[in-house]
Amino acid sequence: MDRVAAEDMLMFVNAAITSSGQREFHNSAQEQHLSLGFLHEYMIGNYRDLYAATLALDINDHNAVLIAHRLLATPGEADLELRRLEGELIGRRLRLVAPQRVYRLFRGLRQSRVNNRRTRAIVRDWLAHRPDPAFDAVKYRSQFKHALRHAHIEPTHDELGDFLFGGRTRYNTPILETWRRAHYEQASVYDLPYTVAEGFAAKHKIDRATFLERIAPMMTRVEQLRTQATAERNNVDTAVDLARMPLTRLASYALSLPLSERIDRRTELTGALRAAAARVAGRDAGRWGRVAAVLDDSFSTYGSGQKRRRPLAVALACSFLFEALADSYVPLWTSGRTDALLTYPYDVTPLGERVLDGLEHGPDRLLIVSDGWDNAPVGMAAEVLRVWRTRLDPRHKVSVVHLNPVYDADTFDVKRLGHVSTVGVRDAEDVPALVEFARFTEGRTGLAELRAHFDDRITRFKEG
Amino acid sequence: MATLDLTGLSVQPDQVWGGVRLVPLVRDEPIETLRLHAKLYGTEAAFVAVDKRSAYTASYVPHGFVATWTEDGAPAAAYGTEMVDAIEPCSPVCVPVRYHRRMARRTDKNRLRFLPMHLAVEGYLALHFGGPEILWEQWSQRAIRNGLSPRAEETYTGAQVNGLADALRIFEIHPGQCGALVYVADALAAAFVVPHPDDYRALHPTLITDLYGELIYHYAMLTAPVPQFHARLSDTHVNTLADLRAAVARQRSVWPQFHDTMVSGLLDAQYSMRRVYRLGDYSLTRFLPGFLPKQDNHIGELITDQRGRTAYLKTFRLSEKQVRRGYLLQQLAAHDWHMPSTAEALGTTEAQLGLRLESAGFGHLLNEHTLAHYRATQRKPQRR
Repeated sequence: MDRVAAEDMLMFVNAAITSSGQREFHNSAQEQHLSLGFLHEYMIGNYRDLYAATLALDINDHNAVLIAHRLLATPGEADLELRRLEGELIGRRLRLVAPQRVYRLFRGLRQSRVNNRRTRAIVRDWLAHRPDPAFDAVKYRSQFKHALRHAHIEPTHDELGDFLFGGRTRYNTPILETWRRAHYEQASVYDLPYTVAEGFAAKHKIDRATFLERIAPMMTRVEQLRTQATAERNNVDTAVDLARMPLTRLASYALSLPLSERIDRRTELTGALRAAAARVAGRDAGRWGRVAAVLDDSFSTYGSGQKRRRPLAVALACSFLFEALADSYVPLWTSGRTDALLTYPYDVTPLGERVLDGLEHGPDRLLIVSDGWDNAPVGMAAEVLRVWRTRLDPRHKVSVVHLNPVYDADTFDVKRLGHVSTVGVRDAEDVPALVEFARFTEGRTGLAELRAHFDDRITRFKEG
Repeated sequence: MATLDLTGLSVQPDQVWGGVRLVPLVRDEPIETLRLHAKLYGTEAAFVAVDKRSAYTASYVPHGFVATWTEDGAPAAAYGTEMVDAIEPCSPVCVPVRYHRRMARRTDKNRLRFLPMHLAVEGYLALHFGGPEILWEQWSQRAIRNGLSPRAEETYTGAQVNGLADALRIFEIHPGQCGALVYVADALAAAFVVPHPDDYRALHPTLITDLYGELIYHYAMLTAPVPQFHARLSDTHVNTLADLRAAVARQRSVWPQFHDTMVSGLLDAQYSMRRVYRLGDYSLTRFLPGFLPKQDNHIGELITDQRGRTAYLKTFRLSEKQVRRGYLLQQLAAHDWHMPSTAEALGTTEAQLGLRLESAGFGHLLNEHTLAHYRATQRKPQRR
């Protein structure tokens, strides 16, 4: 029974890390939604305490919000002590989640008529922790208003009440006043957040190029990235600061560029990727010994229109990270290409042969970054690893970890390669922690051990 | 009569999605002197003048293929421009119709346009198209005057075949792949071979616009997911990594051997070939099967080089009904359209053969009173 619980738990953690409810290469968005929804229902019904504890792990925002919603909607099924812990975990987690997602959660709670005391307290605490309520009131106007109304909160700021529910002819708070003026005056538009300003730009019929050029300082980093293609088309210079970008996003960005541009900017991109990897590696740099990595760049790493080249970006980011962590490093792309920066989704996935190539280098660690669709032929990698483990490395001298960035809706888990320890991965930044966590997934871990690990993570999460 | 020859093409591990299995064919050495390219047409109905008296009308011709060849052995470039004739704006009441002159037509000195699949389908439709050659009393006036005209068959597009679209979308193309075998519920639905890997990459999506028979449509609708062939390694004699590598290499040859049994229906059968066009060293041929009931029967078209090796192949699997029709027509033709001797050859009575013709959709070929007589003789024994 314990074994089943532990396996269910690991399955759910993998799902919560990888699935974002978006379309994947092999599954549609709807299949992902259905599969993930079922898994959440199953977990909250059977292991509510462990379900809540996943909030302390590195799960993605989409799942964090889903967990919070389900926990808040069913308070009657938990005793007082558990409820208190849940509240604490939810409150802490929501502060790490992107604000627009939290506002969407509040809207969801309102729509499903969840308005218990705990929910109101969590909304109140979360809003109290926002650095600038006036900014939120402008940027997320209707959602902010509905959150206040739903949780019966009086705005702390005296002008906010009027801003949201009434109206004034003049505000003393600068951003509110700018917002009011932007209705009549084009210059004020550029002092507003980009998403809000966009609406006013349409209202004032401002030319797109002019708008992008002048609004650039107000954009967030992701917005700058997103509008870059438009900006270039309009000959507007919006410099993207590669130095600040996180590793996986940087990899995604590099892969979004055409090959010719990647060749032209090779030094810049490689330098940025190396620097980001070094930041992630931190003190562990060079401590992993000899590392061989099998990296998937088959056609299926294209992902989908919604998650464009995500699996490939994770593989690319991992490659740079392993390079930083390893003493000596051998990357093996499934296509056989060697230039990591010029990689693109192409051809089949002969994982078995690449694993064999990797083992021939005699590594201390073998890491496989792949979606697990080993198809040339099917199941060869699993067989190679099985025979190698039983006949050539029975003492587990070499640690083998399979990192899988894609949630497989049909099996409610990431796709596995035989009995190799497999963990889901969203961002390459989490890989060092995930590789440690992978020892649980070899199928020999009991529930007690897993619970101890979770308790440890919860304590650290509550402190940090 | 001849068989198909797929030498130079090796079978690679299959990829399965639901009930659809796609088996890649990799060419050891790509053919450089012949290249294919799709020429896109719109969705309008097509009308092809086959000869002076008859015409072939299809409601669906999504594209034509353009073959480019060289005669001096220099590599031919793929005909890379997708030229679509400007469609003249027509008044809203008219149905657009595209008129093609002949199935295969030279568009330039070394360039041939042909309508893939329709070439083969037209060959099947025109089978003994002329009708009875001797005016036996059983045949109707219509059969004598017009032959089998109009002759019609229904097919389904790939998009209507359940699961095929997804299977083609997620299929990962092998390096050097020049062809694919499409299995639906493990029945061979189509074989597709092109001369060059680049052509295959360009033409892979056209498999979804191809025609598939009724049999394939129903199999796809009703099938459960087909099993995948997992690699299995024996670990008894593995002591070093080199042993392991050898075991992997041995395992790789297991699937092609097994696959030979799956594809035997296509490759072992005898076909009657008819050359349609000569393209330099190559010749474009269409072929018809032996119409053996309850067996794989594929019609198709083929481009072979001088030594008979396949440069281009496209097949269409006939459904049971279509096989029966072809079989009956062939038997009749073999016996000079004489009903009693045909029936004797088939081991049945004349009346039973008549009713078989009717249920195969050829009732209009028989005289009304002959048919009534057949029905009457068949009914009597049951009443007793």
